[in-house]
Amino acid sequence: MKRQLALLGFMGRGGALSKVHELVRETPVSRVMTVSPFTLPPEATMKQLKDLLQKHRISGVPVVEDNELSGVVSLEDLIHALENRRLDAPVREFMTSEGLITAHVREPVMEALRRFENTGIGRMPVLDARNKLVGIVTRGDITIALLRALQDLYNEAEAMADRPQHFFGALESENTSLQLRYHVAKDDFAHGGDASAKIKRALLRIGASPQLARRVSIAAYEAEINLIIHTDEGGLILADIQPDEIIIVAQDSGPGIADVDLARQPGYSTATAEIREMGFGAGMGLTNIERCADRINLWSAIGVGARLQMMFDVSPREVGDD
Amino acid sequence: MTLDEILEATEAELLVAPPFNIDLESACASDLMSDVLVFTKPSMLLVTGLTNPQAIRTADMAEAPAVLFVRGKYPPAETLKLAEDLGIAVLLSAYTMFETAGLLYNAGLKGLGKLPILRQGHESTQKRR
Repeated sequence: MKRQLALLGFMGRGGALSKVHELVRETPVSRVMTVSPFTLPPEATMKQLKDLLQKHRISGVPVVEDNELSGVVSLEDLIHALENRRLDAPVREFMTSEGLITAHVREPVMEALRRFENTGIGRMPVLDARNKLVGIVTRGDITIALLRALQDLYNEAEAMADRPQHFFGALESENTSLQLRYHVAKDDFAHGGDASAKIKRALLRIGASPQLARRVSIAAYEAEINLIIHTDEGGLILADIQPDEIIIVAQDSGPGIADVDLARQPGYSTATAEIREMGFGAGMGLTNIERCADRINLWSAIGVGARLQMMFDVSPREVGDD
Repeated sequence: MTLDEILEATEAELLVAPPFNIDLESACASDLMSDVLVFTKPSMLLVTGLTNPQAIRTADMAEAPAVLFVRGKYPPAETLKLAEDLGIAVLLSAYTMFETAGLLYNAGLKGLGKLPILRQGHESTQKRR
């Protein structure tokens, strides 16, 4: 189950199934069809058709007259001709021309698939907006394109999942942990959130549940923003990821928090109007952190700095073991 | 609710297309990023007048696949760039936050409902799971 969770984590919003949905719904016929297919004029003989099919190992071709599609002739038609010993007859006599079923180059693959299902035909000439023949599409083309896309998705997920997947399981020590360290610069709003986003990705990769990853990253993000807004010189974000607990520490070297209890009160903030205009400094940061974390420790001394420690319990459920 | 339905309801413009089809289950309208993070739910639309890159960052943290900017405030290039990098859709409506929210609610998009009243002092803060 761990692996599957990590795969889901990697695929993120949407997930694998919606990728397949999207593929079928959004991929246009133009992406899977054979472009500029072989064609035959109506007066070509069934013998010529046989040679063409044999040579290129195809199962049917559009019949074109004066640049206009006039029919489709297939292996089945060839069999009819063979049965009647009429290999010298023109393809015009054996081709399907009435009620010809075609695909449009811009329509989604799903529509084309549906038409294959409903009619039982094996191939459709593909027409553009001016009804000109631009390609041919078979059921096989669609299947192969979808399988290929799935294969790509799978390979991508596999490559991700294979790396630190069994990270903790493979390592033996009395106290195993993964430590991540990020420097956060003062006033660097442009990169605010980078560290937290990286922590989140790391957690998902090693198999944490999306819920746990979200709790940790939201708390880390608030702490990261605090370092950007309130410190003299920025600070450090440290993540210590252990099998049963995750500890995130945000520390800085000043100016320090004057009244820690007051700072923890919802709505209390010393942020400037400028910071507030940026959407921060509403005094909800620490409150939010306390909601997300299982325990926090906040220590500070004026002129020395602050150290905020956030602890998250990792239950087996949150690692994704069940 | 699909992105197309949201674009139609709020007469919005699509500035950054999502990497794949998204279906939004709820919305949160706020200019306070911490508030957004408190109320977060996956598959949520973030409605905000705050156009700096942190709005996109916040959406990313909150797993909100789309951000709708209001009051016709065209976001700066770095915001759009970050949204593209993170695969978050960006929409822009000329309506005010209040009206945008109203239009979306009328069109059937749900909010996040009631939340516990938060009193001064942290003994009442509730753990989120």
